[in-house]
Formats: sequence, structure tokens, C-alpha cells
Amino acid sequence: MLSPGTTAQADPPAPVVRLPRRRGIEFTLLVMAVLLSVYGYCGVGLARTGAVPPGAAGYGAGLGVLALLAHLAVRLRAPCADPLLLPIAVLLNGLGLVLIYRLDLETPADRAAPTQLVWSTLGVALFIAVVVLLRDHRVLQRYTYVSVVTALALLVLPIFFPSVNGARIWIRIAGFSIQPGEFAKVMLALFFAGYLAANRNALAYTGRRIWLLQLPTGRVLGPILAVWLLSVGVLVLERDLGTSLLFFGLFVILLYVATGRTGWIAVGLLLAACGAFAVGWLEPHVHSRVEDWLHPFASIEAGLGPNQLAQSLFAFAAGGFLGTGLGAGHSILIGFAVKSDFILATAGEELGLAGLSAIFILYGLLVERGIRAGLALADPFGRLLAVGLASIVALQVFVIAGGVTGLIPLTGMAMPFLAQGGSSVVTNWIIVALLMRLSDSARGRSEEKQQDEEKRLGEEKRLGEEKRPGEGKPQGAGTQQGGEVAP
Amino acid sequence: MTGNGRPMTRYIRHAAAFCALLLLALLVNATRVQLVQARTYDENPANRRHTIARYGQPRGDILVGGRAVTGSRDSGEQFRYERTYKNGPLYAPVTGFASQVYGTSLLEGAADGVLAGTDPALSLLPLWNDLARARDPGGRVVTTLDAAAQQAAYAGLGARRGAVAALEPSTGRILALVSTPSYDPGELSGTGSAVAGAWARLNGAADKPMLNRAVRQTYPPGSTFKVVTAAAALDSGVVRDLDAPTDSPDPYRLPGSSARLTNEVEGCADASLRYAFQWSCNTVFAGLGVEAGRDAMRTTAAGFGFNDRKLGIPFRVSPSTFDTRVDKAQLALSSIGQYNTRATPLQMAMVAAAVANYGSVRTPHLVERTTTDDGDTVSATGQHTLGRAMNPSTAVRLRELMTDVVEKGTGTNAAIPGATVGGKSGTAQHGVHNSGTPYAWFISWAQDDDSMEPAVAVAVVVEDAAADRGDISGGGDAAPIARAVMEAVLDR
Repeated sequence: MLSPGTTAQADPPAPVVRLPRRRGIEFTLLVMAVLLSVYGYCGVGLARTGAVPPGAAGYGAGLGVLALLAHLAVRLRAPCADPLLLPIAVLLNGLGLVLIYRLDLETPADRAAPTQLVWSTLGVALFIAVVVLLRDHRVLQRYTYVSVVTALALLVLPIFFPSVNGARIWIRIAGFSIQPGEFAKVMLALFFAGYLAANRNALAYTGRRIWLLQLPTGRVLGPILAVWLLSVGVLVLERDLGTSLLFFGLFVILLYVATGRTGWIAVGLLLAACGAFAVGWLEPHVHSRVEDWLHPFASIEAGLGPNQLAQSLFAFAAGGFLGTGLGAGHSILIGFAVKSDFILATAGEELGLAGLSAIFILYGLLVERGIRAGLALADPFGRLLAVGLASIVALQVFVIAGGVTGLIPLTGMAMPFLAQGGSSVVTNWIIVALLMRLSDSARGRSEEKQQDEEKRLGEEKRLGEEKRPGEGKPQGAGTQQGGEVAP
Repeated sequence: MTGNGRPMTRYIRHAAAFCALLLLALLVNATRVQLVQARTYDENPANRRHTIARYGQPRGDILVGGRAVTGSRDSGEQFRYERTYKNGPLYAPVTGFASQVYGTSLLEGAADGVLAGTDPALSLLPLWNDLARARDPGGRVVTTLDAAAQQAAYAGLGARRGAVAALEPSTGRILALVSTPSYDPGELSGTGSAVAGAWARLNGAADKPMLNRAVRQTYPPGSTFKVVTAAAALDSGVVRDLDAPTDSPDPYRLPGSSARLTNEVEGCADASLRYAFQWSCNTVFAGLGVEAGRDAMRTTAAGFGFNDRKLGIPFRVSPSTFDTRVDKAQLALSSIGQYNTRATPLQMAMVAAAVANYGSVRTPHLVERTTTDDGDTVSATGQHTLGRAMNPSTAVRLRELMTDVVEKGTGTNAAIPGATVGGKSGTAQHGVHNSGTPYAWFISWAQDDDSMEPAVAVAVVVEDAAADRGDISGGGDAAPIARAVMEAVLDR
């Protein structure tokens, strides 16, 4: 770590900002999140049977204990982390459980809420594990290439398993269905962040000097393009267009943040548009989704009854501004995937536009807090990782929420935290855990350890150039700085 | 690197702005779907929410004599509450059915808004309902039916095909409306395959159990139409004295034709109107109809309610017809209830009621009032005069003629001690060359000797009466049923 004195310019001593830790706020918000979830749970029971459901206390206690354990882990190991992230995750997760429990009432033979609760517990456990075990996010940069290999392996794995509902994205082991693609998201974000942090200057410079594609560019961009193409190829094979879209979006956003070159994005978008157009016309599965999007009521006019998208739109419309109230809607008419891909329709119908907007804004806050952590961080890897993880959430919400509300063609994807799906919940808890770690680093961890880092952060903002690389512990950030002494 | 004039924060802010844009797009689109286009989506016929809501609460009841003849059953299905009927076949011509699959009919259809709870008049604050997404409980429909009269008519028809309609002449309240064979509308409630099976079976049955013969089937009224012809003859002055002989040959040669009309009874040549009415002389009434003329016949028939295409009680009643584009021969036949003259049993009950009520025809109605589920009146059916069929003096004389029929003519089977009863029997030929089994008719009214007003007017038609007694079969087969209904109303 650098001490203030080692910088070239003698800056005014950076004020050691002792940011308030705000763990108390987090606790209060957590209590509110748990209470809100329990309130929703009771509301379902009151609307359906006129009585508070018998499991309400247990449900509340379970969620409360999970939230408390996570909170304690944060207090111990990430005391300066952003106080909003954890309450938002708990609230969304709790709300998701309520919605799934509510839909379970319509399908007594197929109960998903208990399983979802088990997965949520696992997710929180992993959250705690990440917060406790990962003391410094920069460690992760060492695993850039391990990440990409793992991600690719995870993506390829389901090809060897039978397809489910037209998509090969599940693997089934001992009765458990796992979507490896969900975990691959985090791995790919790690890889993109690590790789771009190390190579962004090369990418940026070549782009500036010679406008269009050039050999040096190809050399640096080669590996990343190859990975991207490979992952997209795998996804097209698996017919999971949503995840494909997500990876592409993630790639473009991180590339832009790393280099600032809009040229790359233009090229990327052009390629993507061509690819999407080709896939949309040639792949029947995808083509039908585009047709449904353009004409959601075509099946009704053809006398075949409303399709899922039409039913979803009916559900949203039935919600109106204030919604029907939990337990009083009929989103079950959507049928298949009502608890997973279409969970938002239940929220839209029963909580109305008001509730739906609140949920969107919660996601917005989650993303904003992630990006804010990225802004406050010093090291490019951390920044890119924070922006990448936040972008995953943002893109995922947009792709699936836009899909079920008829904004874009529908692609199967899980609404983060809300939707039924173990892999998704676990992955999202890991994402939140990483964001917690990043925001903790950004806001300065325990002062005795991190005081100097804070200073460095303050300098970097002001100055942007550091002369002495790698003085402290060997770190990802250090190696990078070494490559940039040039000017 | 953060150096080199390339502040990464700027790009991060751009990325954040992009995410904000996505959020904005979602919010705008959600507003579009949930508010702007919500109504279009809600009203899409493929959207089952309205149907689910409709069956999400018990349907209001239809009341006869203060007691519900309907009910609701919680099926636990998506369309939750199914209609039940306490005495389905008896009241089927009144209630109709309320099926999840096949919709509603008759009162269930006509009063659907009240029964289903969608009628805005049911709520004190309709706007509050919209806001709170509340739905009023189904209201009740109180009918004018007399349970005893309905029961008597249904029992009287028994296994025979036919129909009965009974009215209160002074108000137009319908006291009985029966059609046989009947069916249990409860079979059509619900969504199962049994419902589809029942629907197919009932619609395919040869004796048409779902046909409401009392209001939806027209029959040639035969001799009962002579009441209308007599009214026209008296009103137009063709006959001034009931006992004066008319200029009526027997047999009667139809004008402009070689066909001859004969009688089933003796003594009709130049018979008086009283004799002709009492014994139902075809020749006399054919001549009177022609003498009164097409316009007088048409006006009088219309006064009784013939050719009225708009009558609803509140559900639609098939129009009874008196053809006005006829030559004299056809007019002669029309005047004795043949040719194109057709009437529903309800129409013929209105004819009897008009005579009993001194010429004034009250609008028939089946619904006394509708109420909320806790009994507050939502609307009450006012009593209106549909029209005047004849002069009161003519009505007085027709009452006399009809009373004679019951006292000493073809309708003695309808006599009730302690009450004044007037009636007219009829037998209607039909089918190719009149080969079908004749329809037996009887129309009558009754007035308690202690009362100022007639209590009931009734029309009975029996489709497959034993026809060996010719014209008087109306008196033989239909009159006892009419008497039973009248007795039930008179509380004997």
C-alpha cells in the first residue's frame, strides 16, 4: 500500500474520512424487510381463507434468523459495506417466497415455496461464507482464467443432459435441478473484469490510434471475443437466448467502461444485431417468441386461446394501479412457469402498478448501490467487477421483466430473488455478497487496516497517476499499475 | 487506467445512465400495460377473469312466494359457484338455466345483472366498488308466481305435452307459467362433461324439453280465438244483440272459394251469438269475422296483444300473429283461429284476462321486484296497461258469453262453486291436411263471488290430447287443468 508521502505531488493531506458505518440503519431496514414479507404472507392467508396462515410465525422467524445471521456476518467482516444491499436482497427474497407461497395455493400438488426456502437458506449461507472468507476482492483477480474455464465448463455441461421445455439449461442430479448457466454469470463477470482490468489500456490505445479493426486489437481482443463467441454459441445450442443476451450486454458494458471506446460498442452491437436477426429468423423456437411479441393475441384470433404472453398481459392489466391484493388475482391462468419466468405477472396483478414499480425501484436501488461501490473503488478490477455484477442484475431484470410485459421478445430467465429457481437465488446471493465486499472495500474497511487505502483512493481520484507500483502486498491492482508507467 | 485523461468514473456513470434508461423503459411499459391498455386487455374475450369473478360468489336467488327456488353450490373449481334448483323442472320455464358453459336463459338471463351482482343499482357507491375491487353480492329476483297455481298446472299437465299460462287480469302479474315436458336446469350448471352430455341430450330430445311452450311456442288457437272475433263483432256493431239470430248458413261456403266450412255441433244455422259461442259454431264466427272486416279484426287482435313483437316479461315472448294480408276466405279461417293465426299460451291467457278485466289488457310481467341480498328493493316492476282490447260494454257481454260456456256449454269441467268462471274451449287442427293430433285449448278466468275483481285468467294447451271428442276436447282435456289452476289461485 502506498502512503500519502510517496506520491509525486505533495497534495494536501487527504482527509481521513470516517464514513459512518450505518449498520444500525441496515438492521432497521432488515427488520422492516422481514416484517413486510411476513405482512405479505399474512395478507395472502387473510385474502384466501380469512385467517392468518399457520406458518406465518415460522416463516417470519426463519426469514428473520437468516437476515440476522447475514447481518451479523456483515457487522463482523464487512462493517463499512453499503447498508441498503442486504435489506433489499432480503425483501426481494422474502417477497418472492410470499408470491411463490401464494401460487402454491393454486397448485396444491406442486409446492415450490419450501424448496425455495431451502435454496434461500443455502443462498444466505453462501452470502455469509463469501463475506467471511473473502477478505479482499482483489484476490479474485488471480482467478481470471480459472473463472473463464469454469464458466465455459458450466455452460457446456447441460448439453449432455436432456432438454427441458425446449431449453438445455438444466442438469439433474439426485432429484435436484441446477442451472449451471446461473453460476456461469458470476464467473464470466469475474473473467471480464479481470481480463479487461489487465488489458484495457491496450484495447483503448489501439482503438484510438487506428480507427477500425487492426492486428494489435485483434491480438488483445482475440481471447475475449473468442470466449464471448463460444459462450453465445453454446447458448444458441442450448436455446437459452435470455442468458445469451445477458452475456452480450455484460460484455459490451464492461468493454465500454474499461476502454471508453464507443467504436467497440458500435461494432459489437452491429454484430449482435446481425446475429439476433439471423437467429430470430432461422431458429424456430426463437422465431416463435418474436412472433408472439409482435402479435401477442394472434393465438386468440386463431381460436387457440390466449398464449402465455397474452395471459401475462391480462394479469398485468387486471392489476391496474393498486392491484387486486395478494391472493386475490388469477395469474395462475398463465399456467406453466408462472412461479418462475412469469412471477412478475403475479406481482403485477396482485400488487398493481404501484407494487410493481416499487419492485423495479428496489432492483434499481440494488443496481445503483452496486455501481456506486464501483465508482468509489480505487482498483480497476474492483470497479469493473462491481459494475459487471450490477449490470448482471440490471440486464436480467430488464430482459425478463421486459419480456413478460411485452416490451421485448420473451426469453426465459429468472427474476432475481423473486422467481422460483434454486440456482438463481443462490447466484444472486453470491452477487450481493460480492457487492457487499466491494462496497465495504470502497467505503473503507476497519480503519486500522484500511486507512492508507482510503488515502490512496482519495489521491487516485484527484491525480490518476502513481509512481510506485507494488510497494505493498502483491495485489491485482499493483500489477496493473506496473504496466502503465509509460508517460 | 484512471490516468491518461481516461477517467473510468465517467464511463461508469454512462453505464449507470444506461441502467437507469432500462429502468425507465420498464416503468413506462408497465404503465402502458397496467393503466393505458388495461381496459382493452380486461375486455378481451379470451380473458377469463370476468367469468371467474362472475362465478366467484353465490348467485342471487329467484323467489317464488317468498321462498327461493334456486340456490348455489360451491364446487371448488375455477368457476366456483354453480347454480342449483330446488324444483328445477317445475320452474324451468320461468328460471331458465345459468350454465358456466352455455350461458343463461329466461329469467336467469334477463335478470343476470342483479343475480350476478354486476348491476350498478345494487350498490350504494358504485365508484367505491371500482376502487376497492368489491363486487356486490348477488341480488334477488322476486317473481309474481303463485307457487300453488304453478304446482297445480304442472301436476295437471302431468306426462302430457303442453303449457299453461296464468295471469292476474287486473295487474298483469303472471301467476303460473308451465311447460311440459320440462327438464332440470341444474343439469346444465357447472363445467364437467356431464353438462355437455346433458346439453346434447336435451337439445336432441324429440319432445324438446327446453322449449318454453308457454311463451316461446305459438299454436293455432282454434276456437279460443272466437273470443277475439266476438269482441270485434260486438265492438264494430256487426252484432248488437247476443240473442238475435245471425245470418249464418250451415255449412258456410268460404267467400270466393268452393270450400265449405262445417260444424261439429247441431243448430248452428243462423244461430245467435250466445248459442254460437256456447257451442262453438265455426260457421257463425267465420261469417262474423268476414262481416266485421279485416281492419276491425286486425285492430281488435292487436288490442289483445297479437302482432306485438316487443313483448318481454322481462324475457322475450314469441309474437302471436294474426295475419292481416288475407283474402276473405283466409279471413274467415283466421277468425276461427286457423290459417295463419297463431298464439302463445300466454297470449291466450291475456285474451281471457282482457275479457275479465273489462277490456283493458295489462302488461304481463313475471318479476315483482328485484332486491339486494338483504332485501332492499332495487327496482319494482310498475303495472302498465298494454292496450284496450274492446269497449267495457263489449267486455261485459263477453263475460256473460264466457260464463255461459262454463255453466252450460263446452266448459262445464271448469266450473268452481262460489266463483264466477268464464271460459272458452278450443281444438286446433294442424299438420298436413289437419292430420296431426289436434291441440286441446281452454282459456278461462275466475272471479270470487265475494270479490270485486277477477282473480285469475288462465290458458291451457295440451298438445297430444286424446282427440276422439272433437271440438269439445278442449273442455275435456284442458278445462280440468284450468280449473285446478284457478282453484289454486282462489285458494280452494
